[in-house]
Amino acid sequence: MYAAASDPKRARLAAVQRLLREPLGVFGVTLVVLMLFGAIFADWLSIYEPNKISPRDRFQGPSWDHLLGTDQLGRDLFSRVLHGGRIALSVALFSTLASLVIGIVLGLIAGYGPRWLDNLMLLFFDSIKSFPTVMLALALVTLFGPSLTAVVIVVVLVNVPGYARIIRTQTLALKESEFVTAALSMGASTPRILRVHVMPNVVGPLLILASMDIPVVIAIEAGMSFLGLGVRPPTPSWGAILNDGFTAIRDTPWIVLAGGLPIIITTLGFTFLGETLRDVFDPRLKGRG
Amino acid sequence: MTAILEVKYLEVTFRVGPMMRRQDLLGVAGVSFDVNPGETFALVGESGSGKTTLARAVNGLQPISAGSVTFQGQRVDTLSVREMKPLRRDMAMMFQDPVGSLSPRMKVGDLVTEAFRIHRVEADLQSETERLLSLVGLTMDFAERFPHQLSGGQARRVGVARAIALNPKLVIADEPTAGLDVSVQGEVLNLLGELRERLGLAMLIITHNLHVVHHVADRMAVMYLGRFVETGPTEEVFSAPAHPYTAALLSANPEPDPDKAQDRITLPSEVPSLLARPEGCEFHTRCPWAKDKCRKVVPDATAINGRRVACHYPLDEGARPPPKKEPS
Repeated sequence: MYAAASDPKRARLAAVQRLLREPLGVFGVTLVVLMLFGAIFADWLSIYEPNKISPRDRFQGPSWDHLLGTDQLGRDLFSRVLHGGRIALSVALFSTLASLVIGIVLGLIAGYGPRWLDNLMLLFFDSIKSFPTVMLALALVTLFGPSLTAVVIVVVLVNVPGYARIIRTQTLALKESEFVTAALSMGASTPRILRVHVMPNVVGPLLILASMDIPVVIAIEAGMSFLGLGVRPPTPSWGAILNDGFTAIRDTPWIVLAGGLPIIITTLGFTFLGETLRDVFDPRLKGRG
Repeated sequence: MTAILEVKYLEVTFRVGPMMRRQDLLGVAGVSFDVNPGETFALVGESGSGKTTLARAVNGLQPISAGSVTFQGQRVDTLSVREMKPLRRDMAMMFQDPVGSLSPRMKVGDLVTEAFRIHRVEADLQSETERLLSLVGLTMDFAERFPHQLSGGQARRVGVARAIALNPKLVIADEPTAGLDVSVQGEVLNLLGELRERLGLAMLIITHNLHVVHHVADRMAVMYLGRFVETGPTEEVFSAPAHPYTAALLSANPEPDPDKAQDRITLPSEVPSLLARPEGCEFHTRCPWAKDKCRKVVPDATAINGRRVACHYPLDEGARPPPKKEPS
């Protein structure tokens, strides 16, 4: 468990080497890097303004002018896909980070705090978890209106209970450990014990699980945008592009493909990456998730 | 000389069992002793006799249900965690598991100087690390290591360095030799003895290892079922145990000299459950000398030449051989 990483630097280097020996890992890294590259340099790579409407060019098939064709308003799909990637990835990274921070803090409190607080928090986590994601999303959008913030809140609400539970269980185990008792007997404060003695020993597995959750987050964003609960038009999002193409799928299937393929590629990339990361860093978790 | 640590009628109760059939279990059942500055006091007893619980209670890690703990003239059992903190500078504790009591992701250098950070003591941590590591016989190379890269003996030395970092007045050592092989045990004991001389530490040592007690302790107490059955200066207790239980423990202690006669006193049956304490003298179920009175009347701890013995019929000098067991 916590005896795994001996010299952290060397262990990390060895892990990266092992990651690059796994074909699945290399494939995942390639896809993810490709998507990140597209998202970061979207402004340079796209020739057209992603929201520029030109009715004359509507429903054009893929060509050298429009690599992925155009949609019902004549907008260049390649530009929209690149900019949509920006939204998908930034939502994924930001909301995963937010879920991690909140999950870790709540998990530490539940695991280390008094019993009644632990029970109360578990009840809270279970209540949130019992909502289907789509229902949760609908309820929140009804309250706040469709926006990226709503997407982030839904993702955080969906992720936090699981993350907090993982941290809680491990904190509970470490609470009685001799090195925590030793710190107590030296007069260490609760924040110090949690920060210095507990947290470094519990976050490792969670980071790996969180990296495997990124595809789920991307799917949530795309799904909500598809349903019109996420970004507002005309902001480009893969889910929104999918929805644009959905109505014209019989005559112009490339619009749906333009929205769907990047979702598939990114999801696959992160899944492969996450699974290889898990196997490389923590073989005990193999076959889970 | 005023005692640095005074424990009076200390009791620790655990609540056990399922909700409806909850029972109170006395882990430590009314124990009194004191430790003088610079003195080493040893607690001996079998596993489950309440030694560790007692140590934790003294250190404020375990709430007590009766009695009092006074450290440096101040009652500590009534203090809150925050009020207790400044006192912890003067009372350090070492735990049983040499490696397990070191935080696994901290380097030895950080572990050794953690007390400085906890108590916000201004110091050059680099030179303090050097001083502490050399005090316990480790080189500076160890400062960059992680606990699992240490052997048991090295980890124990780090534990000692951590305990003495802020020059405490009292060190509580719970099984300081547990998990170490014999040669390393000797090294650690010599180290503790040396540091005690140099720094004037008082020590409370908890152990089941009688050789350790003989080696380091000035005075000792023998625990049985959470009570002291005998207290006294180590030499005297060793040369003439007055309580039958002490005599049995001492006779069971492996003797390195094969020519020495060994009169083992074997104790019949098991240690009674703390939930069903025997009536009268709690040792009567296993005592080879037990008489009728022992089964009915609880013996008080009576003082015999500077020792306290809780027995109706304390053994004389040169202990009588135990009566032959009647065939039953």
